[in-house]
Amino acid sequence: MADGSVAEVKDALAQAGYLADESAALVSFLAQRLGKPVLVEGPAGVGKTELAKALSRATDRQLVRLQCYEGLDEAKALYEWNYRKQLLRIQAGGEDCWEDVHGDIFDKEFLLERPLMQAIASPEPVVLLIDEIDKTDQEFEAMLLELLSDFQITIPELGQVSATTMPIVVLTSNNSRELTEALKRRCLYLWLDYPGLEREMEIVRLHTPELPEALARRLVEVVEMIRALDLKKPPSIAESIDWARTLLLMGAEDIDRKTFEQSMSIIVKHRTDIDLVAERVGVKLAEPVRPQG
Amino acid sequence: MPSPYGPKAEAGPPGLAAKLLGFCEELRSEGVAVGTSEILDAFAALEQVPWTSQDDFREALAATIAKSQEDRRLFELLFERWFFRSAEAAAIERGIDETAQRQAGGDRLDIDELREQVRQAIIEGNEGEMRDLARLAIAAFGRQGEGSGVVGVDVQRIRRTLGLSAGTQAPAEDSAAEQVPIDRDQLNRFERHLRRELERDLIERTSTLPPSRPLAELDRALPTNPTQDLAAVHRAVSQMKRRLATLGHEQRGRRRGQSIDVRRTMRASLETGGVPMHLRYRPKRPRRPEIYVLCDVSTSVTSASVFFLSVLHALHDSFRKLRSFVFIERISEVTDVFEHERDFRVIAKRISSEGGVADVSGYTDYGRVWLEFLGQISDELDPRSTVIVLGDARTNGREPHADVFAQVSERAGRLFWLNPEPKLYWNYGDSVMAAYERYCDGAFECWTTRHLENFVNVVAGGVPAAD
Ligand SMILES: Nc1ncnc2c1ncn2[C@@H]1O[C@H](COP(=O)(O)OP(=O)(O)O)[C@@H](O)[C@H]1O
Ligand SMILES: [Mg+2]
Repeated sequence: MADGSVAEVKDALAQAGYLADESAALVSFLAQRLGKPVLVEGPAGVGKTELAKALSRATDRQLVRLQCYEGLDEAKALYEWNYRKQLLRIQAGGEDCWEDVHGDIFDKEFLLERPLMQAIASPEPVVLLIDEIDKTDQEFEAMLLELLSDFQITIPELGQVSATTMPIVVLTSNNSRELTEALKRRCLYLWLDYPGLEREMEIVRLHTPELPEALARRLVEVVEMIRALDLKKPPSIAESIDWARTLLLMGAEDIDRKTFEQSMSIIVKHRTDIDLVAERVGVKLAEPVRPQG
Repeated sequence: MPSPYGPKAEAGPPGLAAKLLGFCEELRSEGVAVGTSEILDAFAALEQVPWTSQDDFREALAATIAKSQEDRRLFELLFERWFFRSAEAAAIERGIDETAQRQAGGDRLDIDELREQVRQAIIEGNEGEMRDLARLAIAAFGRQGEGSGVVGVDVQRIRRTLGLSAGTQAPAEDSAAEQVPIDRDQLNRFERHLRRELERDLIERTSTLPPSRPLAELDRALPTNPTQDLAAVHRAVSQMKRRLATLGHEQRGRRRGQSIDVRRTMRASLETGGVPMHLRYRPKRPRRPEIYVLCDVSTSVTSASVFFLSVLHALHDSFRKLRSFVFIERISEVTDVFEHERDFRVIAKRISSEGGVADVSGYTDYGRVWLEFLGQISDELDPRSTVIVLGDARTNGREPHADVFAQVSERAGRLFWLNPEPKLYWNYGDSVMAAYERYCDGAFECWTTRHLENFVNVVAGGVPAAD
């Protein structure tokens, strides 16, 4: 991707199927210029993960993804030794002296590279996505912080592995817990929120080009109306896109009350949310559609 | 990490560094954790973007300094205050330079040239360019003479001078080229920029903000809990009732004697062959409601509207002659809901579900609300009526119709405005509080029961409680 200007980065992302707003484009630009990791926070389904993916497509770099989860440890994030293979080697060695065997089995050959190691060791620059970092614990965060400062990993049996190329690092968080100050310090920060009407419409149309424009507009208007309610889980971009696809399949021409009731479960999933939405939004849709003014 | 890539963007204007440090200092005082590493990153980031582009400048700073949603919110509030003026000056300067270059040596702003640029930007839908040009136009007209001080008027004045209108245009004198017509929507967008920039200008000139009020705290105090202090709200309102009641008597006292109700007298005369034997008087106590409350329930006041609804609830408790309305894009009367339902929670629910507030966008349209209110109610307004508006005066860039609001004010005896935002935010962004405030007998910030009590005190002729 040409990274000459913010506008060029924005274009390149659009080429890769991601419609970035000003801040997302600027942060993507700065991440490359300053070589700093980006921390992307925001509610679920607003395009945090997709931004990293789009960056990889736009820069023609391989995407290395570390999906975080509770209990994720270094063995699964950095590297681990392939014990099975090591064991076979030891058994095959028979009479060899231990010293030799030891030297052999702690060789690169027996190393299982996990995403963080892959990204560091890669001869080609990559995009490293550390997805949903808020699911890990602080200890893991501390390890990560060290990695992001030095871009090197020390393996006791092998020595240091240092990055030869600079990865673009994207960390995402659904905000389920506060991340440490220290990690935030290291990163550029991007808050992704539900998009405005116009941009959401563009995104929906990008994903479902066959959807008539008027219907797409109506769709995002209704979604925005639903988001204004105080729901457990407001619909995100992902839901808007799903709904658009559903409407296409249903051959809907307008979002009237009936269509809405039939397809509403696509956008709201919690029982209590569904009741609230039916009561507040469904009712309004029964009235004839008033032109926007 | 220093950049291995291309040349640095040009250095910012002198004094920018000091300004940036001051800005960070103030953020810190608001509780944003801005450390040395953030500041260094901010400088590094600014080397990468053209400082003359306001969006890039702002986003680069935000990405390096504001590291949570809450930080970002405070950042936005302070950014306007610290950087708007310099960014504006820069944009204007740059605009003039560019124009001068295009005109080969001309050193003054050429209206035709400006018009062409504006038309171009409008047709291309280039928002950034429209904004810069709006500033340029305002600066140019500012030099020609004083603005009227009314934003709406100035917008139209500038638009006319630029010779912009929707539909096909007569070509400029020196170019025979066919002009692409612009439509109303496109023109609206440019007008919106003009309006926003004029408003900012007005703010810059008229209001100085208190330098170190802890914004964060103000916000935290905003009511979020439905029934918090419902009792206190009721107390304050019943105090207000007493005061308004005596006020009514004073006025009635002055109005010596009774007046004849002509219509009823004529009707009664039918029984006596058309001879008005029995005079019918107007009832001593007015039949019509005396208080009209209009309450904004749009999303921009979500946290406050619960508070407002509890004020409404308490008002209905105290005054029988009260009509209440809620509005977003349109107005809708909810007097009945309050009269037939006692439970506050049920009321709140009914209003939001069946208040009949037709809103698709959720954006308030104040101008339209005044028009509708005047259309429906104006005949019933008289010098004894008190109108109370509860709202944030955020028009979302729509026509505020302050002139219509002025008519409401003229017909009503008294007009008060309670705004759920701290005064500090008034007239910032799309708030047009100033345009309405001049027609009010009083405008108050009101987001706690203390504020409400203060309002009642003032209405009752007392001294406002100190902050
Ligand atoms: N700016 C955008 N442009 C195009 N598609 C987007 C954009 N933002 C979100 N999407 C789409 O929305 C969906 C959800 O995005 P995702 O990245 O999974 O959300 P998150 O990681 O924030 O939970 C994906 O299908 C993605 O393609
Ligand atoms: Mg994700």
